[in-house]
Amino acid sequence: MAAHLSYGKVNLNILREAARKDLREFLDKCAGSKAIVWDEYLTGPFGLIAQYSLLKEHEVEKMFTLKSGRLPAADVKNIIFFVRPRLELMDIIAENVSSEDKTRSPQDFHILFVPRRSMLCEQRLKEQNVLGSFINIDEYILDLIPYDGDLLSMEYESAFRECYLENDQTSLYHTAKGLMTLQALYGTIPQIYGKGECARHVANMMLRMKREFAGSQNQILPVFDTLLLLDRNVDLLTPLATQLTYEGLIDEIYGINNGYVKLPPEKFAQKKQGETSKDLPTEPKKLQLNSAEELYAEIRDKNFNAVGAALSKKAKIISAAFEERHNAKTVGEIKQFVSQLPHMQAARSSLANHTSVAELIKDITTSEAFFDNLTVEQEFMTGVDTDKVNTYIEDCIAQKDPLIKIVRLVCMQSVCNNGLKQKVLDYYKREILQTYGYEHILTLNNLEKGGLLKPQTSSRNNYPTIRKTLKLWMEDANEQNPNDISYVYSGYAPLSIRLTQVLARPGWRSIEEVLKMLPGPHFEERQQLPAGLHKKRQQGENRTTLVFFLGGVTYAEIAALRFLSQMEDSGMEYIIATTKLINGTTWIKTIMDRPESQMS
Amino acid sequence: MSFITANWNPLGDAFYRKTELHMCWNLRDSGLRDSLVAAAHYGGPIALLREPQRRSPSSRPQLEIYLASGISITSFPWKSGPVVHIGWTVTDELLCVQEDGSVLIYNLFGSFKRHFSMGQEVVQSQVLEAKVFHSPYGTGVAIVTGSSRFTLATNIDDLKLRRLPEVPGLHGKPSSWLVLTQDRQTKVILSNGPEMFVLDNTSCTPVCPPGLSPQYGSVVHMCVSFSYKYLSLFTDTGHLWTGSSNLQDKLSIVDTKKKTTPNQMVWCCRPQSQQLSVVLMWDRLLLVAGICGDTIQFPVDDPCVLVGELDGVRIINSTNQDLLQEVPLVCQDIFKIASMAPGALLLEAHREYEKSSQKADEYLREIKEQSMLGEAVRQCVEAAAHEYDANTQKSLLRAASFGKCFLVDFSPDQFVTMCRELRVLNTVRDGAVGLPLTHTQFKQLTLQVLIDRLVYRQFYPLAIEICRYLKIPDYQGVSRVLKHWASCKVQQKDLSDEAIARAVCVKVGDAPGVSYSDIAAKAYECGRTELAIKLLDFEARSGEQVPLLLKMKRSQLALSKAVESGDTDLVYTVVTYLKNELNRGDFFMMLRNQPVAQSLYRQFCKLQEQETLKDLYNQDDDHQELANYYITASYREKRLETRLSVLQKAVDEFNKAKNEFAAKATEEEMRLLRFQRKLDDEKGAGLLGLSLQETMEVLLSLGLHKHTEQLYRDFRLPDKRYWWLKLKSMAEKHEWEELEKFSKSKKSPIGYLAFVDVCMKSNNKSEARKYVSKVTPEQKVRAHMVIGDLEGAADAAIERRNDSEMGAVLSRCSTADCLLIDRLNRARVSASKK
Repeated sequence: MAAHLSYGKVNLNILREAARKDLREFLDKCAGSKAIVWDEYLTGPFGLIAQYSLLKEHEVEKMFTLKSGRLPAADVKNIIFFVRPRLELMDIIAENVSSEDKTRSPQDFHILFVPRRSMLCEQRLKEQNVLGSFINIDEYILDLIPYDGDLLSMEYESAFRECYLENDQTSLYHTAKGLMTLQALYGTIPQIYGKGECARHVANMMLRMKREFAGSQNQILPVFDTLLLLDRNVDLLTPLATQLTYEGLIDEIYGINNGYVKLPPEKFAQKKQGETSKDLPTEPKKLQLNSAEELYAEIRDKNFNAVGAALSKKAKIISAAFEERHNAKTVGEIKQFVSQLPHMQAARSSLANHTSVAELIKDITTSEAFFDNLTVEQEFMTGVDTDKVNTYIEDCIAQKDPLIKIVRLVCMQSVCNNGLKQKVLDYYKREILQTYGYEHILTLNNLEKGGLLKPQTSSRNNYPTIRKTLKLWMEDANEQNPNDISYVYSGYAPLSIRLTQVLARPGWRSIEEVLKMLPGPHFEERQQLPAGLHKKRQQGENRTTLVFFLGGVTYAEIAALRFLSQMEDSGMEYIIATTKLINGTTWIKTIMDRPESQMS
Repeated sequence: MSFITANWNPLGDAFYRKTELHMCWNLRDSGLRDSLVAAAHYGGPIALLREPQRRSPSSRPQLEIYLASGISITSFPWKSGPVVHIGWTVTDELLCVQEDGSVLIYNLFGSFKRHFSMGQEVVQSQVLEAKVFHSPYGTGVAIVTGSSRFTLATNIDDLKLRRLPEVPGLHGKPSSWLVLTQDRQTKVILSNGPEMFVLDNTSCTPVCPPGLSPQYGSVVHMCVSFSYKYLSLFTDTGHLWTGSSNLQDKLSIVDTKKKTTPNQMVWCCRPQSQQLSVVLMWDRLLLVAGICGDTIQFPVDDPCVLVGELDGVRIINSTNQDLLQEVPLVCQDIFKIASMAPGALLLEAHREYEKSSQKADEYLREIKEQSMLGEAVRQCVEAAAHEYDANTQKSLLRAASFGKCFLVDFSPDQFVTMCRELRVLNTVRDGAVGLPLTHTQFKQLTLQVLIDRLVYRQFYPLAIEICRYLKIPDYQGVSRVLKHWASCKVQQKDLSDEAIARAVCVKVGDAPGVSYSDIAAKAYECGRTELAIKLLDFEARSGEQVPLLLKMKRSQLALSKAVESGDTDLVYTVVTYLKNELNRGDFFMMLRNQPVAQSLYRQFCKLQEQETLKDLYNQDDDHQELANYYITASYREKRLETRLSVLQKAVDEFNKAKNEFAAKATEEEMRLLRFQRKLDDEKGAGLLGLSLQETMEVLLSLGLHKHTEQLYRDFRLPDKRYWWLKLKSMAEKHEWEELEKFSKSKKSPIGYLAFVDVCMKSNNKSEARKYVSKVTPEQKVRAHMVIGDLEGAADAAIERRNDSEMGAVLSRCSTADCLLIDRLNRARVSASKK
């Protein structure tokens, strides 16, 4: 079921299995039939660990969503709350528990905190006089969730906001804990590099935790050679840009949630012969997207302009395979053909799906609006006229295009200009407030706090230096047969990935100057390995680096790292970890504040 | 070697032997007479309370504590109340049960730990008798009071007193009684004259042991076996009844022919006993009564004490100590005269081999012919375990090692382990350590507990040596020893805080699993707060330090440690604690010095306590955040006037924060709100809450041009946006003539492509066409394409010789436009040539 997790160089299924084992153990602790009351936010991440079937095997008969009031009736022995440790959720639980009908057969209550217990929450339950009602109060340590064969995510949406706007480093604590769990399973990571305040903080906590657990050191040969911690605010530019890989575009346009995307159903209608298309499905089409699907694994990281060719090539291969049946003469040959049939049929339906998806996306990418937007983005990234008010943005505001689109563009201009002139900045802000409403003054304030939008303080704009040193803009990006990571944005090479690339070769010392221009400290730490665990590297064996993006990573960045892993002479395999998979839109959304007016 | 069996006494079909254990005490004159004696199981310590009945301050009873080998640990006069009973806990602590029901706990070194009471009513009625007993739950105490009531505490570390039901007809104390644990329940069995009862939590049940008819007389003494499995009863007619402790089965009844009640009676059995027996002791006689009816008699010339063990009975008198036990079967097999057991043959073979006699070969052959060599080795190793004498152990192990040479694929594990364990056992049996453990006891006790016991006796170096020798992981071994050592060290009153902290740090270092917070907690317990704080500094886990620091009221430090740990939940916990502890001013002041804690508390307030949030910002003069706070708050207001007043506060704060832009913007917002309300009142336009842009859209759609104009001026809209606004509105309302007039009113600040676009959005191609010609050259191609005029687009592109524009037009061409495609292609070729 989760075979795709074990394909990669690092078998991430170990992590998933460990998580599943913990879950089973907890469920068995509550003997008898059970109902689970879910903190809705958790259902997505849990889906990556266990399907309903696993819960069912352990006598989970009912599932509810946590909401205030009374619990729905359920004839079960145990009621288990699966929740994040948040005070507002505790209040709901207290309400649920205290409004329980005392006359009915008594039920056992349990709480499972994800990812860890909280004294604060337990205190709150105590104040509400319900703490004693719980038989088990436990924690389910789910920090890093295996997302794909080379990808781990904490699915912690608010991490960026908490870290950079609210100075709340809870997510970083979970990150450090998660990395400790990872090291318990995959061995101590001997080298740690990092850039950014949060990275520094995580590394510090890791080193301290290692000291705390001294002695319980595991004797596992390290799987990872290097850990690279990167703050999202080191590279604010990349997520603002529109991703141009296949997967990136799916996410930009339709949004991928916990590995699933919902698409408009029209294109997926199964038209059989003689059947009119009058009963079109109305439910959105839900597709799971991961490397378990062979075709998707092949095309997900391609520049969208290369996807068409790949699909038609695949179509030819598949129909050729089906043609094989005419060549099958002997019983043995026919038998072999038949045995391949399920695989071929799966491939064919996968091809049909992705052809439809590609058509949907193409409708958008070929539109004027998309093209104009992209042109402006690329102008900013190449440094064209970033210091004055941009006409396109003005027009978009005047036409009341979605606010997030505007915010993405304005922030991008600010980042590419190392801040905007006060006059330009105020102009944009006024335009936004007058057009979209004055309540957005809070969002604008947040953007300034997060460094996405800022007035130019020094007269010197260092973005061009960074761009040139790190070769962030490649004039002739090859979209079909890429030779550089810049293909993922059709010209722009993501800064974060350039840093990763340079670290591997020739090393950060070569770019000291640029590193100093980017926010936060950069550092290197070594973790002592127990004697006898030093890897003896085979000739030509690749090194493995875990790149951790604190505050989110985009699919295009992942594509770029996968591209680097596949480059023959790179000698480096990358595994990616992040607090959350993001794109410009989902990211900006977490930074926005939108008070609802109560006025009648 | 033949004399090994010299001290064997047959009992039924088994043998009993008495082995002398090391004993170096020589008690003064009175010996064990007139003393309360408590000797702990598993070769534990011995406590004597001499002349407990002495009461006057001038002559007090003396409490003496010894190792099992008789080495004195401590001795001091007993200054508390009269003691009824003394006994040891499983963790080598001494319980002294006083007449008034209070129980005092001392450690091995005689220092007072704590005390508890067996109940208030006991102070009046007094304790008549008491017993200390052990169960899976720990150590318990049972008493019977002057009012003939029993009270139990099953586990003194988790004290829950249970008063048992009344026993009918009982006055004063019963003739005999004992405590046992059965089916996870603790019960009392007692005899009172001819009657017997079982007392549990809820009931008192009269019982009659099977086969013990009234003719045997009344029960005057009873004892239960080490495992609580068997019970023996002694009657006033001299009969000894033995049976299961649940009183279901009888084992036997033996007539001891002694009418006097024995001083002490103890079961003597071992796991897999062949012949169970009960040891009875009178003033001059020790009688071993097997359940088969056989007896062995030993004369006694000095008062002694019997200590029941897992696999035998220790007999302690004022000069000696013996272990009486059934000879294990494997030892019988090997040492019995003329035994032909494989082990016996192997031992003989090895003996001959050492003499360089060829007989060795004959013996070996004999064993091998029966293919019993493996068994022979096993027997020798096992027998070595049960022998107390090191020489005997050695000869058995040598024989085993010799036999092993002739075996292939024989796992050496058992042999190696046994050698190691015996070495450890011989060391701890040594008089100086004084733990006379048998191998069977050692296995039952486990190595962990043995190390604990060594630690209780403060044999730290030895304990560490043993941990290392037996290769126990540091976590369970060395670290535990060090932890205990450190906890003990911090109590040394004669050393300065610095000296102790340094000593602890040097020894413990960063030994895995040693928690400095635990050590610090100990120091704090002993009233050494400064030392505790010093020690906490070594604690790597910041999180661990926090609870103790809070307890010691070092809240500042607790907060900074919590922050250091990175565990935000911990920070919250300390913050919540401080909030309740400190007055508001101090609390805020403290937060101010801890930015991390402060931001977390702000987060907390944002969700939970909005009002506090305001105070926080106020305190810090954080005008920007205060302004934001008012902005957010304004949206919660239901009435316009209050909302405006809240917004005004925001403006004031923005001004104080020197955020001119935001202040102006908020003033604008207020102005807009007032305008909207006014117009809503006048025209019912439903504007309130809309953005400025939306407001103007509505106004235009309602035809309120004057008001629109007013807003345009008042809010200083950029011309561009104003043009867009009007343009879109006219197109939406299909006011094409107006639109045309508007386009000519002055030069459009947004160009004319916008006009084309809006017309096309309303599907009015002919109107759109009017504006195509006005479009700038750069936008010409696009304008033509927007209205779907490919030819026009192509013309424009060709005229501009722009390759990418020509390409764009080409990509829109369908196959039907082959002429156009041709033209474009040619133009591209010629353009590229130049």
